[in-house]
Amino acid sequence: MSTALDPVGTVPRTISVAAPPPARHEGYGRGFWGVAILIATEGMLFLALVATYFFLRAASTSWPLGGIEPPEIGVRAWVFTALLLGSSVPIFWADAAVKQGDYRVVRVALTISSLMGAAFLVNTVLDFRDLTFGWDTNAYGSIYYVIVGLHATHVGAGLVISAVVQIKLWMGLIDAEHHTAVEVFSLYWHFVDAVWIVVFASVFISPHLR
Amino acid sequence: MSRHRRVLGVAGVFAATVALAGCGGASMLDPKGSEARHIAGAWWVMFGLAMFVYVVVAVFIVGAVLRGRRRRRPEGSGISDGAFVWVGGIIVPALILFVIAVVTVDTTAALRKPDRRALRVDVRGQDWWWEVRYPGTGIRTANELHLPVGRPIEVRLTSDNVIHSFWVPQIGGKVDVIPGQPNYFRFTIEKAGLYRGVCAEFCGVQHANMAFYVRAESPGLFDRWEAAHAQPPSEPADELAAQGALVFQRVACAGCHTVRGTQAVGTKGPDLTDVGSRHALAAGTLENSAASLRRWIADPQHYKPGALMPQVPLSGDDLTKIVAYLTSLK
Amino acid sequence: MATITRPEIVDDVLSDERLEEIWKDPPGFIGFLKTVDHKRIGIRYIYTAFVFFFASGLLALVMRLQLAGPNMGVLSPEAYNEFFTMHGTSMIFLFNTPVLAGFGNYLLPMQIGTRDMAFPRLNAFSYWVFVFAGIFLYASFLVGSPPNGGWFAYTPLTDRVYSAGQNLDFWGLAVVFIGISTTVGAVNFLVTTIKLRAPGMTLNRLPVFVWSMLVFSFMVVFSVPVVTTAAGLLELDRLFGTQFFVPALGGSTLLYQHLFWFWGHPEVYILFVPAQGMVSMIVPVFSRRALAGYVWVVASLVAIGFISFGVWVHHMFATGIPPLAISFFSAVGLVIAIPSGIQFFAWIATMWKGVVELTTPMLFALGFMLIFLLGGITGVMVSVLPFDWQVTDSYFVVAHFHYVLNGAVVFPIFGAVYYWMPKMIGRMLSERLGKASFWTMFVGFNLAFFPMHILGFLGMPRRVYTYQSGLGWDALNLLATIGAFVFAFGVLLSLVNFVWARWRGAPAPPNPWQADTLEWMTASPTPEYNFAQIPVVESRHPLWDQDPMPVSESGGDPETRALGREGAARKETPLTSGMRAEPAGAMTVPEPTYLPFVLALGIAVLVAGLLVQAVLIGVLGLVLGAVGLVRWTWRTAETP
Ligand code: HEA
Ligand code: HEA
Ligand code: HEC
Ligand code: CUA
Ligand SMILES: [Cu+2]
Repeated sequence: MSTALDPVGTVPRTISVAAPPPARHEGYGRGFWGVAILIATEGMLFLALVATYFFLRAASTSWPLGGIEPPEIGVRAWVFTALLLGSSVPIFWADAAVKQGDYRVVRVALTISSLMGAAFLVNTVLDFRDLTFGWDTNAYGSIYYVIVGLHATHVGAGLVISAVVQIKLWMGLIDAEHHTAVEVFSLYWHFVDAVWIVVFASVFISPHLR
Repeated sequence: MSRHRRVLGVAGVFAATVALAGCGGASMLDPKGSEARHIAGAWWVMFGLAMFVYVVVAVFIVGAVLRGRRRRRPEGSGISDGAFVWVGGIIVPALILFVIAVVTVDTTAALRKPDRRALRVDVRGQDWWWEVRYPGTGIRTANELHLPVGRPIEVRLTSDNVIHSFWVPQIGGKVDVIPGQPNYFRFTIEKAGLYRGVCAEFCGVQHANMAFYVRAESPGLFDRWEAAHAQPPSEPADELAAQGALVFQRVACAGCHTVRGTQAVGTKGPDLTDVGSRHALAAGTLENSAASLRRWIADPQHYKPGALMPQVPLSGDDLTKIVAYLTSLK
Repeated sequence: MATITRPEIVDDVLSDERLEEIWKDPPGFIGFLKTVDHKRIGIRYIYTAFVFFFASGLLALVMRLQLAGPNMGVLSPEAYNEFFTMHGTSMIFLFNTPVLAGFGNYLLPMQIGTRDMAFPRLNAFSYWVFVFAGIFLYASFLVGSPPNGGWFAYTPLTDRVYSAGQNLDFWGLAVVFIGISTTVGAVNFLVTTIKLRAPGMTLNRLPVFVWSMLVFSFMVVFSVPVVTTAAGLLELDRLFGTQFFVPALGGSTLLYQHLFWFWGHPEVYILFVPAQGMVSMIVPVFSRRALAGYVWVVASLVAIGFISFGVWVHHMFATGIPPLAISFFSAVGLVIAIPSGIQFFAWIATMWKGVVELTTPMLFALGFMLIFLLGGITGVMVSVLPFDWQVTDSYFVVAHFHYVLNGAVVFPIFGAVYYWMPKMIGRMLSERLGKASFWTMFVGFNLAFFPMHILGFLGMPRRVYTYQSGLGWDALNLLATIGAFVFAFGVLLSLVNFVWARWRGAPAPPNPWQADTLEWMTASPTPEYNFAQIPVVESRHPLWDQDPMPVSESGGDPETRALGREGAARKETPLTSGMRAEPAGAMTVPEPTYLPFVLALGIAVLVAGLLVQAVLIGVLGLVLGAVGLVRWTWRTAETP
C-alpha cells in the first residue's frame, strides 16, 4: 500500500442537479431552537438549586434552620403568585396576534403582562426587606436568597426583554416574517412563570409540610 | 509480529505487577485485616477476568489488523458484523459484568458491619496529624493507634476542619473524615504487626505528610497497654528530663500540647503523653529518635513546611532538656 | 434525484474567485478579531487548546521531576499543589473540552454539508470567552496565587477559612466563565445539526462524529449548569459570606461533591464521546470499508450520554454514604462498559473484513484501543464498591484516568490532527515523523502511567508533593518520570511535524485518504464558503457511493435559492427541516463583526471585577456586555 506514504488524493467528481423540492414550512426557526436550548440550561440551573434546597433540608434536623419561621403564605403570596402566572395569559394573545400581524394587540398584551410582572417584582423586593434573616445567617438563608433572588432576576430580565421587544415593534422591526423576538420572549416568559411554580412549591409551601 | 510481542509484553508486565505488589512492603494485596483480605480476594477474581478480557480483545484487535493488512480488497469472513457486536460487545461482557456484580455484592455484604462488642476508637483528622482517643479510658494519643488482633474494631472518624481520609492499605479501604458527619470504619485485624496508614484526601499544604501507624498487638498485650496508659505517666525519673518538663511548661509548648497529669493541656497540637513510644514523629515525617526529635523542635518548618507548629526559640540547653523529657514519655 | 442538468458554464459573477471575495474576512488583525468563519474559529480553537495542552503538560513534567525520587526539592509543597491543580483544571477545561469543540466547529458544518454554523457570531463569542477564561486562569500565575485546591476544589478546604487568598477565586470564577463558552457552543452544535443539514442528510446518514458532537452537546446542556451552580455557590460562600458548604451553619460539604460530580462524571464522557466519534471516522477509512454496526455504534454513544448521568456517586464511594444506596451507582457503573464494548467490536469487525492501512491516524486509533481497553477495564474495577475503597484517591485512580484521559482522549485527538490537518492547513504532515511520534508517545505513555497502578497498590496516595524512601515507591516513580519525558518527546515530534508541514509540507489534495464524508469534497484548505453548491446526500458514505457527487443548483424560489451559487453569492446557507432535511429557506451568514469580541471582553471585565471585588470594574464589564448584547440582538432583527 503506497497510499500511506504519498497520498494520491482524489478530487470527487461532481455534477449539478436541480435544487431538491422545498419542504412545507413547518417547525421552528433556529432562533427559537437556540433559545429553547438555552432555557433548558437555565432549567438545569434551577433544578440544581432546588435539589440543593432539599439536600440541605434533608441534612438538617430542623427546617428552616436556626428558628427562622417558614415563609408566610398568606393572601398576599397567593395574589402575587396568581398575578405572575396570570401574566402569561396576555403573552398567549401576543403570540397569536403577531402571527396575524395585529401589532396593536401585541403591544397592549405585552404592556399588561409587563405591569403584572413588575408588580410581582416589587412585591418580591418588599418581601426581601421584611426578612428577619440574611443570606449569611445560615444555609437556609443562603439558599432562600439565591433561589428567590435568582428567580426575581429572571423576572427583571424578562421585563427588560419585553421592553426591547416593544421598542422593536415601535420601530417596525417586527413583521409577519420576522417575529422571532416575540416568539422567543414568550417562551422565556412562560419559562419564568413555570419556574415560579416550582420555587413557590419548594421554598414557600414545602416548609409548612413536614 | 511486534504487536503480538507487545500483547505478551503487557501480560508479562501485569504478572510482574502482581508479583511485586504481592510481596512489597505495605501492599493492599498483602492483607492483614478482614476488609483488606476480602478486597484482595475480589481483586484476584477481577484480575483474572481482566486478563481474559484484555488478552482476548487485544488479540482480536491485532488479529483484525493482521488479516486486514494481507488483503487488497474488503472481503467477507465467517463471522458477521452482527456476531462481533452481539457476542463480543454484549453477551460476553454482560456475563462477565454479572460475575463482577455478584463479587461486588458479596464482598460489600461482608464488610463494615456494626458489631456491639466492637472496641471503639475515636480518631479526629487534624491539620496535618491524627488525634486518637479511647473513649471511656481517658487515653489520648496521636498518629498511632494501638489495636488488638482478632477483636472487632470500630473507628469513629470526625473532623472539625477539612476533609481527610483514613487509609491503612493492609487493613482495609478508605473512609473519608468529613466535618459535620461522623463516619465509621469497622474491621478486624488478623495479624499482629505495625501497619502504615496515610491521609488519602487532599487536605492542604501538608497532605503529603499525614501518615500514621497502626500497632496491632495480641489482645493480652493490648489490654496491658490500655491499662498502663489509662493512668497519667509517672514523674520523670531522670534529672535532665525533670528539668525538661519544667522548660516544657515554661516556654510555648504547653500552650499547644497536652501531657496528661501535668499542666500542659494545650490542644492545638498532638497529645505528647506517650510521644516517646511512637514509631514516628509529626505524622510520619521523621523517624522517632532523640536526634530527630531535637531537629524537629528546633525547626519544624524545615521538615514540614506549612505545618501548624511554629519554631519556638530555645537555647541548645533547653532543647536538650526538652528532648530528654519527651523521649522519657512512653 | 430529479432531473440532472448539464453542468453549466458558470456566470463570471458567481465564479469561485468571486465567491471567495464575497466571503473573505478583512485582512490582518482586524479580520482576526472580527471573523465569524467556523473554520477559522475551529482551527483557532484547536491551536489555542494545544497551547494550553503544552502549558499544562509542562506543569506535569515539573511535577514528575519533583516525584522522580523521594524527598525531592524541585517544587515547594505550595507550588506542587498549585501545579497539579492547574494541570488538571487546564487539561480538562482549557485543553480537552475546547480542542474537541474546535474539531466540532471545523468539521460539523462541513460534514453535514453547510456553509457555517447556525449562529456564527455566537460561535466567535464562545471562542473569545474560552480565550479570556484561559488567560484569566493563567493570569493567576502572574499575581502569584494560582488555584491550589485540586481540580475539584472540595470544600471546606476551599472555603475562605482554609484558603484565604485569591487562588480559589481564580478557579471558581474561571469555571463559571468557561461554562458560558461550552454551553453556547453546545447550543450552536445542536441547532446547526437540527436546522442546517444538507438536503438528504437524514439522521441515519449523519457521520458518527456528528452524532458524537450531538451527544457531547446534549451532555453539556444538562450538566454544565450544575457545575456552574457548584462553583457559583462556592464563590458566593467565598465572596459574599453565604453558608452553603459550611457545616457549622447547616451547610454541607457533601452537597458540593454531589453538585460537582453530577457534572464531573458526564464531563469525562463529554471528553470521551467525541474522541470515540473520531475513531469511528478514522477506522473505516483506513479499513476501506463502512463502519460495521453503524446503528449500534450510534446507539452506544447515545446510551453512554444517558447512563453517564446516573453514576456520579462513584466518585464519592468513600464518603460514608450507606452501602445500599451506593450499590446502585456501582451497578450502573458496570453497565456503562457495555456500550464501550459494542464500539470495540464494531471497530474490530470493521478491520476484520477490511483492508487495513497503517497510516499515522490509524496507528493512533489502534494505540487508543490498546490503551483505552486497559483504562476501561480499570474503570470497571474502580466501580466495584469495595475495591474502590482501597484504590480511590490513590495512584491507581491516577493511572485509570490518565489511561482514559491521556490515552483514550489524547491519542484520538492526535489521530484527528494527522487525519484532518491536511484539510485544515492544506498540507500533508510527514508520515515518517508521525509514526515515530506515535511510537514514542505509545511507549512513553505506558512507561509513565502503567507503574502508577502498582504505586496505588503499594499505598501511594495522590496529590502528595513528596514521599519517603523505603516504601517501595522510588523505582516506580522514577520509571513514571522517565516515561513522562519520553511521552513529551513524542509530543514534541508531532509539534515539529506540524510546524514543518505548515510551511514546508506537500500540498494536500482534496481527499488524500479517499474518505467518504463531505468535508473531503472541497479543496484543501477549504474555501471560505465551504461549498459553492450544497451537496445532495443520498448515502451514508456520499463520496464512496455517489460518484459523481450531485450538488444542487439554486432553485428559482427563495426556499431553494441558497442551495446553489446564487445563495453562496448572497452569503446564504440553506435551512432544512424535517428528518429528510428538505430545503426550507435560508439563513444569511453574518458579516465579520467585533460584537462577539466586545461581549466576551465585557464578561471578562465583569469577572475580573468580581475577583478583585471592585464594583466599578464589575459595572464597567456589565455595561460593556449589555451594549454588546443589545447591539447584537438588533442586528439579528434586521437579518433574521
Ligand atoms: C475519558 C475519560 C474517562 C472515561 C472514558 C472513563 C471510563 C470509566 N470510568 Fe473513569 N474516571 C475518569 C475519566 C474517565 N473514566 C476521571 C478523570 C476520573 C477521576 C477524577 C478524579 O478523581 O480526579 C475517573 C474516575 C473513575 C471512578 C472513581 C474512582 C475514584 O475516584 O475512586 C470510577 C468508579 O467507578 C470510574 C469508572 C469508570 C468506568 C466504569 C468507565 C467505563 O466507561 C469504561 C468502559 C470501558 C471498558 C470496560 C473497555 C471496553 C469494553 C469491553 C472491551 C467490553 C468487555 C469488558 C468488560 C466485560 C470489563 N472512573
Ligand atoms: C486530558 C487530561 C490530562 C492529560 C493529557 C494529562 C497528562 C499528563 N499528566 Fe495528568 N492529570 C489530569 C489530567 C491530564 N493529565 C487530571 C485531571 C489530574 C488530577 C488533578 C488533581 O488531582 O486535581 C492529573 C493529575 C496528574 C498527576 C497526579 C498528581 C497528584 O495527584 O499529585 C500526575 C503525576 O504524575 C500527572 C502526570 C501527567 C503527565 C506526566 C502527563 C503527560 O501526558 C504530559 C505530557 C507532556 C506534555 C504534553 C508537554 C509537551 C511539551 C513539550 C514537548 C514541549 C513543547 C512546549 C512548548 C512549545 C511550550 N497528572
Ligand atoms: C502553636 C502551637 C504549637 C506550639 C507552640 C508547639 N507545638 Fe508542637 N506541634 C504543634 C502541631 C500543630 C503539631 C503537629 C504538626 C504536624 O504533624 O503537622 C506539633 C507536633 C509536635 C511534635 C510531634 C508530635 C507527634 O505526635 O509526632 C512534637 C514532639 C512537638 N510538637 C513538640 C513541641 C515542643 C517541644 C514545643 C515547644 C518547644 C512545641 N511542640 C510547641 C503545635 C505546636
Ligand atoms: Cu489529611 Cu490529607
Ligand atoms: Cu466518573
